[in-house]
Amino acid sequence: MKLKFGIYWGAACGGCDVAILDTHEKILEIADMADIFLWPLAMDFKYKKIRALEDNYLDASFFSGAIRNSENEEIARLLRRKSKVMVALGACAHIGGIPGLANMYTREDVLNRVYRESESTINEEGIIPREAWSEGEYELELPRFYNTVKTLDQIINVEYYIPGCPPVPLQIYSALTLVRDGMLPPKGSVIGAGDRALCEQCPRVKEEKKLTGIKRVHEVIPDPEKCLLEQGLICLGPVTRSGCGSRCIKSGVPCRGCYGPVDDVKDQGFAMLSALASSLDAKEQKDIDAIIDTIEDPLRTLHRFSLAASMLRRKKV
Amino acid sequence: MTFEPTIVGFLCNWCSYTGADLAGTSRVKYAANVRSIRVMCSGRVEPTFVIKALYEGADGVLIAGCHPGDCHYQEGNYKALRRYRLLRRVLPEYGIEPERVRLEWVAASEGERFAKVVDDFTDQIRRLGPLDIKESIAQSLIDDVVNHEEEATKDIGDVNEA
Repeated sequence: MKLKFGIYWGAACGGCDVAILDTHEKILEIADMADIFLWPLAMDFKYKKIRALEDNYLDASFFSGAIRNSENEEIARLLRRKSKVMVALGACAHIGGIPGLANMYTREDVLNRVYRESESTINEEGIIPREAWSEGEYELELPRFYNTVKTLDQIINVEYYIPGCPPVPLQIYSALTLVRDGMLPPKGSVIGAGDRALCEQCPRVKEEKKLTGIKRVHEVIPDPEKCLLEQGLICLGPVTRSGCGSRCIKSGVPCRGCYGPVDDVKDQGFAMLSALASSLDAKEQKDIDAIIDTIEDPLRTLHRFSLAASMLRRKKV
Repeated sequence: MTFEPTIVGFLCNWCSYTGADLAGTSRVKYAANVRSIRVMCSGRVEPTFVIKALYEGADGVLIAGCHPGDCHYQEGNYKALRRYRLLRRVLPEYGIEPERVRLEWVAASEGERFAKVVDDFTDQIRRLGPLDIKESIAQSLIDDVVNHEEEATKDIGDVNEA
């Protein structure tokens, strides 16, 4: 019997949906495997049709994107109710992703920046979006823009996670076959990824790490054979889950951590902070500080994808 | 009532914990705010430990290790120093005063110094006041609550409906 899937995006760029389409000819197998009941990016369905379904009617729902506003949350809760299995698809649903970086600001900061202060904005009356508006017979409502970006599992129970920004298409396909074949691992598992750190699979030559300064990717053409971290590029390989196929590091771009932390790492950013600081080649405070001065925006670099899922979650307000 | 801070102290087995022990056996009086945790080396203290302590309710974290050059494992205390300097750099971005975390060198013979460090640090944290991170996270979430049960049953039509 054909399975029933729902696919949805919250605060996402659409890259995860496109990654599903990027399974190329396998998309036909996916179409054979399941009927799709919701997929806003690719097909035209109505929310009210989903509301009308019995609870647990869908075999699995794949939710990409973080929870950024009340609409994201509402549909996440709706799909949770209608689905037997809920899968967080991609870095944003898994660990907050890039939208999670907004947790370094408040809702007011974000709205002011976007609608009032940005260089390209002309808004003399200082208008910012409101949740409700009415005039005469017209009433309009907008979803509430949240103060804090959340991961999917901070809102609803999530059975499985497919990490990545975006997930590797073939990994999505193999995760779907797990659903099809009833071969799903214990609940809470990360599927479609490895369980070791990316560093362990890295083909580059690793020697002693003695960093005298940190460079950004555009400032250096890295040696193709040597460890990127040893060359002064911040590579999150030591704390990041493998399974991405090492696409970035093979192309000379350091790992930014989109596959999230390995199993025994609680806080990816601070684990990497530890690894990075340990690798600095200095013993005196002033020398250490001089090297640290060369790190551009350490907090957001180390927590690039995982801030919303990190221990502190957001800036203190 | 004055605020009595909760401080978590990570003390290295070879110098600082022994130093703290000496303060005790010498009956030196000092602030009772530090909850000591013995670790084998200050280099064992990961930034995650510090963050977790603060998250779980500590108002300050003290890390104490052997003086430079004296580390039982040769380099652990330098590692601790490097992590500490980088951690201090990111804490203000979270809205956490970097003064809430302190690294000190305390030798096994420095019972008096340990007492002074603890008194000093406790004073400093007392002046900074409570941290209450969990409370702050909860506060930041209050505004995000919308009644979703009600929303889900209400027919709001459809965004895509033409």
